[in-house]
Amino acid sequence: MIRIEDLKKSFGKNCVLNGLDLEIEKGGVFVILGPNGSGKTTLIKSILGMVNPDSGQISINNRSVLRQWAYRSDIDYLPQIANFPANLSVAELIRLVEDLRHKPTRSKELIHLFGLQEYLGSKLHTLSGGTRQKVNLVLTFMFNSELVILDEPTSGLDPVALLRLKELIRKERANGKTIIITTHIMSFVEEVAERIVFLLDGTSHYEGSLQGIYELTGQSNLEEAIAQILQQQYAQDNLV
Amino acid sequence: MRRIIWYSLYDLLRSRWTLVYFLFYLALGFALLFLNNDVSKALITIMNIIVVLTPLIGTLFGVMFFYNSIEFTELLLAQPIKRQTIFLGQYLGLSLSLSGSLVLGLGLPFLLYGISSSGSVQEFLLLLTAGVFLTFIFTALAFNIGLSNTNRIRGFGSAILMWLFMAVIYDGLFLIALMVFDEYPIDKFALIASCLNPIDLSRILILLKLDISVLLGYTGAVFQQFFGTTRGMFISLTLLMLWVLIPIWRMIRIAIRKDF
Repeated sequence: MIRIEDLKKSFGKNCVLNGLDLEIEKGGVFVILGPNGSGKTTLIKSILGMVNPDSGQISINNRSVLRQWAYRSDIDYLPQIANFPANLSVAELIRLVEDLRHKPTRSKELIHLFGLQEYLGSKLHTLSGGTRQKVNLVLTFMFNSELVILDEPTSGLDPVALLRLKELIRKERANGKTIIITTHIMSFVEEVAERIVFLLDGTSHYEGSLQGIYELTGQSNLEEAIAQILQQQYAQDNLV
Repeated sequence: MRRIIWYSLYDLLRSRWTLVYFLFYLALGFALLFLNNDVSKALITIMNIIVVLTPLIGTLFGVMFFYNSIEFTELLLAQPIKRQTIFLGQYLGLSLSLSGSLVLGLGLPFLLYGISSSGSVQEFLLLLTAGVFLTFIFTALAFNIGLSNTNRIRGFGSAILMWLFMAVIYDGLFLIALMVFDEYPIDKFALIASCLNPIDLSRILILLKLDISVLLGYTGAVFQQFFGTTRGMFISLTLLMLWVLIPIWRMIRIAIRKDF
């Protein structure tokens, strides 16, 4: 579904993506892991066209998406920071985003799922961080697109909302959607991921199933498996 | 684009600052007209305020609005919309809201006072036109600064410096140049120098219409002598239009290439 070839991006002297190759198949939950600054968000933003890569190719369903915009109507994206125009109410913001896409939405169902009914008339600047993240989730999932990209979806969510989110992700996966997630919460990854990619210094260091990374490292949980890959990498770097 | 303009406008019209800006002009209009009772004097005072204040407010609101809505802009960037539509829409939303505060704030007291029968309608409309031009110009310049500076403090600093330079320092430098090169023919230099500053341009535009030669100053006099009143006004209007279009063009160019 998504094919990324030799993707490079630097911000000044800081090389964030260094010739990344990646293929994401249609259907399933694909998690992008990596330490801070490893290029996760830059990769996601490149797919969405918010960051212009220095070189390389990104195609979705065999069509190049670089410098295009219309393809975004088939992608739902959850940004990392949920900050909205201060003077709009929740209902107005939802209507605005609905207006921009001209597509049928299921906002009502999601408002109910995340318990946002009582906040519909509230101004966005009066909401707490977690409630804003719920609004953010409604805006993301309401269009029912084939491809869903979630950048740190768990941040600020209370346990109930987190449970609802996991349920939602499972349901969407069962409907055949492709869901790409970045997160630092390993337990969350273990619960939802089917395939993972581990980014380090702008390239992929592991790509495959969750089971595969356990077998490769001989560990039984993801946190330790990742720690082992990192340690191996540092040892190699020191040898060089 | 219409939707983005509309929502930016809607968001701004409910902000306290837009209201304060509107009330300020309303109070100014009433105070000048009803305490002074001399329309032409009131027009000159308002001109002096407009040519300094509209650029300041356009600049400050421009960078503030740009930085405040950056996360929302990112949300829009992930939607199926062209980048130029997003930035042009937000820019027009802000410029229209500020212009609305100016036109309504000053327009209402003047209408109530009965400007339509006072014979100064054209002058008053020209004054508002210059104010609207300055708002559009400085908001566009502020968006340029915002897009070029990710660091907010540096962005704010540059914006205030830009306003200070155009509104105050430029005139000082200009006067010094006139004094230093006193013995040389510097008409053309003066003419070009005033075209390079939209605040000077709009001041000349209004004064040419008001026909007060004492207030025209050196550049205004050169302008009048060089082009005559009507052509001078036409040329200054055209240049003001360029001052709007060029920053908008640059804003879109930066926006397309920028990483968010």
